Amino acid sequence: MTAINANRPIVEIENVSKRYRVGTLGPTSLAEAFRAMLPGRKQPAVPNDFGVRNGDIPGTFWSLRDVNFSVQRGEIVGLIGKNGAGKSTLLKLISRITEPTKGRITLRGRIASLLEVGTGFHPELTGRENIFLNGAILGMKRWEIQAKFDEIVEFAEVGSFLDTPVKRYSSGMFVRLAFAVAAHLEPEILLIDEVLAVGDAGFQQKCLGKMGEVASEGGRTIFFVSHNLTAIRALCTRAVLIEDGTAKLSGSPEEVITQYLAATAPTNDGEAGRVVYKTDRHSTDELLLTSLTLRNSRNEICAIFDANEPIHIELRYRVTEPLRGARMLMSLYTTEGDLVLTMTDHELHKPTLERGEYCTRFVVPGGLLNRRAYSFCASSDAPGIRYLVSGGKHLPFSIVGAGNHLSQFPERWPGTVCPRVTTTVELNP
Amino acid sequence: MAEPSTQPEPAGNYEIIIEPSKGWLRINWREMWEYRDLLSILIRRDFLAKYKQTVLGPIWFVLQPLLTALVMSIAFNKIGGIDTDGIPSLIFNLCALLSWSYFSQNITTGAATFTANSHLFGKVYFPRLVVPAAAAISNLFALGLQLVVFLAFFAWYAATGSNVHIGFSALLAIPLFVITGIFSLGISLLLAASTAKYRDLAHLTPVLLQLWMFASPVFYPMKKITENHTFGWLAWANPMAAVVEATRDVLLKGGQMSPELPAMLCASTLAAVLALVLGVIAFNRAERTVVDSV
Repeated sequence: MTAINANRPIVEIENVSKRYRVGTLGPTSLAEAFRAMLPGRKQPAVPNDFGVRNGDIPGTFWSLRDVNFSVQRGEIVGLIGKNGAGKSTLLKLISRITEPTKGRITLRGRIASLLEVGTGFHPELTGRENIFLNGAILGMKRWEIQAKFDEIVEFAEVGSFLDTPVKRYSSGMFVRLAFAVAAHLEPEILLIDEVLAVGDAGFQQKCLGKMGEVASEGGRTIFFVSHNLTAIRALCTRAVLIEDGTAKLSGSPEEVITQYLAATAPTNDGEAGRVVYKTDRHSTDELLLTSLTLRNSRNEICAIFDANEPIHIELRYRVTEPLRGARMLMSLYTTEGDLVLTMTDHELHKPTLERGEYCTRFVVPGGLLNRRAYSFCASSDAPGIRYLVSGGKHLPFSIVGAGNHLSQFPERWPGTVCPRVTTTVELNP
Repeated sequence: MAEPSTQPEPAGNYEIIIEPSKGWLRINWREMWEYRDLLSILIRRDFLAKYKQTVLGPIWFVLQPLLTALVMSIAFNKIGGIDTDGIPSLIFNLCALLSWSYFSQNITTGAATFTANSHLFGKVYFPRLVVPAAAAISNLFALGLQLVVFLAFFAWYAATGSNVHIGFSALLAIPLFVITGIFSLGISLLLAASTAKYRDLAHLTPVLLQLWMFASPVFYPMKKITENHTFGWLAWANPMAAVVEATRDVLLKGGQMSPELPAMLCASTLAAVLALVLGVIAFNRAERTVVDSV
């Protein structure tokens, strides 16, 4: 058995799909359940069988669809993709927090997840008590924790605070202690999601180092979800691109990252500054998105804007059935997939949208964005009720010009935004 | 420092298969055993965390039933005039509250399992059953403290010549507490599973517990129920009735029981086991996808 297992992939993901409910479909209180039982008020049940096609049941969506890939022992796999692409859902399934709707995942080794550091820490308990509690929650045996205790304490640099309740810890100490426990888990498969976003830079470096060490020495397998493409490039032996709930591409980090950036960066397909939606994909029974257009102050369709120029966004859509509580959402992303801001026209709509052609216009003021590439993505939902439609395709655009950063040097200025900041300099104030 | 290499390695070559589960009773007992350390640590945590947050600490475990017993003996027995078989009403109530408090504590903590731990359950996997099981065991500490107070009062009443007797039959209280534990764990698992689906049940639990307490012979003797023409059936329908009455019989009356009580206790035991089996099934069904909805 040992010999067989050693040669087989440590993680096999076969046709895995996960469906979630959106909004409040289905009874969540007894009152609703009773109401649903009244004749003529049947709620559409969500069946357990899988003879249903994609898109299928109203009020549900597939977070993952037929994901297939396998991972060998010792691989460090970076999962990349935009927010909402399904990366975190995949980790949740692998870590057994929830079940797939269909498909199967086979794990051939002990697994530990680090989906959020400090899981199960109790504020009233001391650092020492929490090390044991957290270790046990993450699946360690008591003797394992005892054996590693000194190492964990040393790594976390909490020394003299060991017998202080963690509620008195600074957030930095808290994170260090939490990561230290998880880093000493020694599972065969380790799942990490965005941990490196916390802690100071020095500690992040230490974590990255520890991950590399854990992976190379122990021959351990690591799944790493991050928007930090630099970290993925530096640490991972393989990258998998998750897009729209499927594993689009798997290969060397360099190759996948290049593809990912190319897919999200401004391209010249179609008309720059304008998307005409294909009606079949971006519609529901009541609503269909028709087009998204960017214009400059001279009313020209455009995809390149000066940093100080306002961006006029024009979203056209058609309401085919009266639609209650709907609103349009416009999200602005960086090319790395980070959400910069979201706009909505919610307050301007009547409670029910009558049939007809609509156009929602947003103006993003000049002097806000940095000199770099961004994209817009339109969507619509009825908040608290259901998700309606996504524009899917991002509309890329770039910000050019001198910018507002007041740097004399013509450099690439860091940051997702670069608004006008009042700056003064005084000598001997 | 200990050398980790000398420790036995856990079986490294197992396979975990994650797929949509079918079937009713799919409990991984082996896995529950592997997480026994977590069970013991959670028991400790529940106890420590509860008293670290309060000024009076573990005194609360004692003070609460003591005050209840006092208030109820004034309301029911002194003002309401309910007779307590010649036993001083304070110790009469205090004794019944041993099993009842343990029962209601378990229900209150267990029913909230999914809602109170949604953050934890959403982040990491372990057999969820460990959490309510640990709570039921850590509540035994409170029961133990209460028992000490009870014995102190008992000694005082016995010394002042009250009509209270204790003997070897007092050991029978242990199986009674076990039945209480099993039954309350079963009920709390059922409630936890339903609360995960229907959130408003959380408001129902305290009301249900209160009604149940008044329907059980906690502040009055069992014969008040059995002799009642309208509600006599409650003595049989409520598994806790026999348990509460029997707790008093073995701890205060030296083991004298009414003739039908042993039969009632058998029924209670059956009901407790049935509740636990149903509770575990319902809980296991709920735990698989509960994080998607909570």
